Amino acid sequence: MSQAYPDATQIAEVVRGQEVSAKSIVAAALSRIAAQNQRLNCFTTVMADSALADAERIDREIAQGKDPGVLAGVPFAVKDLFDIAGITTLAGSKINAENPPATHDATAVARLREAGAVLVGALNMDEYAYGFVTENRHYGATHNPHDRTRVAGGSSGGSAAAVAAGLVPITLGSDTNGSIRVPAAFCGIFGLKPTYGRLSRAGAVLFAGSFDHIGPFGRSVRDIATVFDVLQGDDSADRVCTNRPIELCLPQLKLGIDGLRIAVADDYFATGAEPEAMDAVAKVVSALRIKESATIPEPDRARAAAFVITASEGANLHLKDLRSRPQDFDVATRDRFLAGALIPATWYIQAQRFRQWYRDRIREIFQNIDIIIAPTTPCIAPPIGQEKMVIAGEEMLVRPNLGRFTQPLSFIGLPIVSVPIQRLGDMPLGVQIIAAPYNEALVLRVAAVLESQGIVTAPVVQ
Amino acid sequence: MTNDKIAEYVDLMAKLIDLPLDPEHRPGVIANMTRIAEIAQLVNEFPLPDEIEAATVFQP
Repeated sequence: MSQAYPDATQIAEVVRGQEVSAKSIVAAALSRIAAQNQRLNCFTTVMADSALADAERIDREIAQGKDPGVLAGVPFAVKDLFDIAGITTLAGSKINAENPPATHDATAVARLREAGAVLVGALNMDEYAYGFVTENRHYGATHNPHDRTRVAGGSSGGSAAAVAAGLVPITLGSDTNGSIRVPAAFCGIFGLKPTYGRLSRAGAVLFAGSFDHIGPFGRSVRDIATVFDVLQGDDSADRVCTNRPIELCLPQLKLGIDGLRIAVADDYFATGAEPEAMDAVAKVVSALRIKESATIPEPDRARAAAFVITASEGANLHLKDLRSRPQDFDVATRDRFLAGALIPATWYIQAQRFRQWYRDRIREIFQNIDIIIAPTTPCIAPPIGQEKMVIAGEEMLVRPNLGRFTQPLSFIGLPIVSVPIQRLGDMPLGVQIIAAPYNEALVLRVAAVLESQGIVTAPVVQ
Repeated sequence: MTNDKIAEYVDLMAKLIDLPLDPEHRPGVIANMTRIAEIAQLVNEFPLPDEIEAATVFQP
């Protein structure tokens, strides 16, 4: 193979071409995990035996002339909130460790396996996905591969760190208020949060159903497109999963961006951030020669409404355990869940009504613009254990404020890819590429152009 | 709302929904409820037309 750390697309090519066996690819991934997981704490479960057996089966199928799928022999891992048949889904909690093993794979896991990918394990996260840092009191903090004293981001921290460290080329995570995009930015990789309802969440533990999305992490745009395409398709087991026809993105990546109307978000999205976060946006603006700007109305209220709905729905989901065993929750989530259970119904309903109003305003913006660019996070990954930070001269709490730029957008389910900006000798950052609902192909086309220009890259951290 | 009023609300609402609050957890819950109330104010003070309704299944 041409690289030490090939992407998933290249792995599948050489496996299908019988240049390298799936078994040797998977064994190499398992040995990287064994060597590095103690330092990074990405994995909560490693499935060495079943992964090697799956890889051997794929090698047999190829030898028999069968096509095992577009992800043949590609090792992958999933945030520990996706059901894996035979394993207990922890969702970052001590409480769920008492549950019996899952009887079926989550839809997303099953679809990747059907495409020939080999599941090697489950990945660390904030408890019940309520956080942006993956500092889990039960299972430990996940360390950022770029600087192990810093957080990987969250709540899908294990998913992002595992890809950035080259342990596996692709992973799955979930994003309610930024939980794919924030860790993707902090770890310097690609993370796609598709349109709300575009991908089935069946078999994934929900956090706040109004906003829960699933999506992939990877180190190349073509890998993100390939995984997204494999995961598309309706699913009666998820009531919000769309029955729109599948629209493959991979064949569209080379269409370029001629004729696309691209604007950079101003106002709220150009304030409240450290200079380096805005420098990352400026780099993309310059590369794409963006001249226009767009003003998203009332993003601070959108973020507030997302906060209220998340706290309320999240608390309701865990009410039984909050009543009977609050001491078993992570202290980082416990009091937030308890308070969320007490939110008056009228606040929740007002927030849901505001969401409709806000969606209508954003639809108006997308009548004249195809793509909006915005920062992913207001700063680089903060140190593990840090409670407060200073952003743009103002002291604030770390945990809630990392979602400043992601939360007002997932609130209305827009498709967004966070693309990685590497900074020599410093921590990476991310930039969000945002489109109208169901336009994943557009955000990935823009990402592909930036990738071809070398503006966005996701090399494995050495 | 004052901190005392928030604390009173937390205690009454917790009783109403049968959510026992451990004395050790109570200050953290009050602090979070205070924060939620401030944040919710941003939404609650914003005038919305009567015809805007909350969709039960959200279509983006």
